Amino acid sequence: MSLRRTAATAWRVLRQLRRDPRTLALMMLVPLVLMALLRYMFNDDRTVFDRIAPELIGLFPFVLMFVVTSVAMLRERSSGTLERLLATPVAKLDILLGYALAFAATALVQVGLVLALVLGPLQVTVRGSLLLIVVFAVLDALLGAGLGLCFSALARTEFQAVQLMPALVFPQALLSGLFVPRSAMIPPLQGLANALPLTYAVDGITRAASSTAFGTELLKDLLVVLLCWPLALLVGALTLRRRTP
Amino acid sequence: MNYAVEVRGLTVVRGGRPVVAGVDLVVPAGTLVGLLGPSGAGKTTLMRALVGVQRISAGSVTVVGHPAGSPGARHLVGYVTQAPAVYGDLTVRENLAYFASILGVSGSRVAAAIREVSLEGRAGDRVGNLAGGEVSRVSLATALLASPPLLILDEPTVGLDPLLREDLWSLFARLAAEGSTVLVSSHVMDEARRCQRLVLLRAGRVVADEAPAALLQRTRASDLDGAFLQVVRQLELPG
Ligand SMILES: Nc1ncnc2c1ncn2[C@@H]1O[C@H](COP(=O)(O)OP(=O)(O)OP(=O)(O)O)[C@@H](O)[C@H]1O
Ligand SMILES: [Mg+2]
Repeated sequence: MSLRRTAATAWRVLRQLRRDPRTLALMMLVPLVLMALLRYMFNDDRTVFDRIAPELIGLFPFVLMFVVTSVAMLRERSSGTLERLLATPVAKLDILLGYALAFAATALVQVGLVLALVLGPLQVTVRGSLLLIVVFAVLDALLGAGLGLCFSALARTEFQAVQLMPALVFPQALLSGLFVPRSAMIPPLQGLANALPLTYAVDGITRAASSTAFGTELLKDLLVVLLCWPLALLVGALTLRRRTP
Repeated sequence: MNYAVEVRGLTVVRGGRPVVAGVDLVVPAGTLVGLLGPSGAGKTTLMRALVGVQRISAGSVTVVGHPAGSPGARHLVGYVTQAPAVYGDLTVRENLAYFASILGVSGSRVAAAIREVSLEGRAGDRVGNLAGGEVSRVSLATALLASPPLLILDEPTVGLDPLLREDLWSLFARLAAEGSTVLVSSHVMDEARRCQRLVLLRAGRVVADEAPAALLQRTRASDLDGAFLQVVRQLELPG
């Protein structure tokens, strides 16, 4: 592990992202458009939007970073640059952390834009802590990037990588209680939801949005997400093989 | 003796077939070696084993005194993959600057490496907008950055015009004269006359390993293409 190599990798990934303004624009604008869309879909009943807005603030960076990371990693694999990097003294974690840092920075901007929209024109009032919301949203992005790194190893083509999202992210998002509260789910689904990290990520941000109190429940959510992220990175590191058949 | 490459009984199975079968190869430091053979002979596979990115079935591979692929070896080996492995969305200079930080070499090496592959005029251009031969030179430049004692170059001259090819072969010869060991694969036999030593690979086996002049003399062929045919025919003679 080396700070220099990690930072160089993060800069390189950010620079590549900047060279792709279309992707960048989609990453930043799609959450805003979806947010506005949902706000006016629930125009008659503001309470619904007030309830799901914080969840979405946490969900968007997770989903987006998952997709972007799994595709970026796949590209690195198939272009041969990963093989070349792994033939240098670089540590696998330098590469993974470099990606994570770059995408966390991107997520920070995205979360800022979404928050500005939600708190400004969409007039959602947040009773909780804004700082904690941002912290959770960025952690969600890191978790998404970490899981994307892990699962990109399952994909051989970009088509497969894109399919990973409906296969792995949608179920987690549904089970986290976005449409149906978890308490209303049948017990096996509740059990499954409790085993998935996104559940805690979404719960955490909802709690952070609803009150300024920093209770044990919130602490648990924070710890689960904080532990799952390095775990995802470690599993990701295992999928990077220096020697291939 | 100071060996840059020491391969003993190397066997690599790929896709269920042995594609490198019991190869022995010992190369003293400071040698320019050509690795030749038809498509599918196992050149890339052997080079990957030297770099330490190929899973091997049997044998041992030591480079510059370290087991291939070990952290010690990774500091000392420069590798150019057959398909150029660089970032198309970055400029030539940005690609090299990134690999320079990864390799821990000073930024001044970036301009020097660009010069060595004659890409000064394109340093600020995006690699994705370059011609194929230019991209492969960017890939080559990244391997030159750290001036490693062992350079493994997989077909670095493919798709280049004769003038540039000549320039690159002079560069390889100069690097070898300065003490680096340079292993270059190619399937153009004629290029290989610039090598001090030729290793002919066929179906995963070394079928000849000698200096170009010695090979020509032994086979009484007029050129290296003819010499290779001669070697293969001799192998296929019964008894
Ligand atoms: N990933 C792979 N999986 C299975 N078999 C492979 C793989 N890569 C190469 N092979 C096989 O290994 C053999 C040697 O391939 P290799 O790439 O080493 O040949 P080469 O001498 O470099 O050929 P070329 O001159 O075309 O680059 C070939 O028969 C090829 O089909
Ligand atoms: Mg090859």
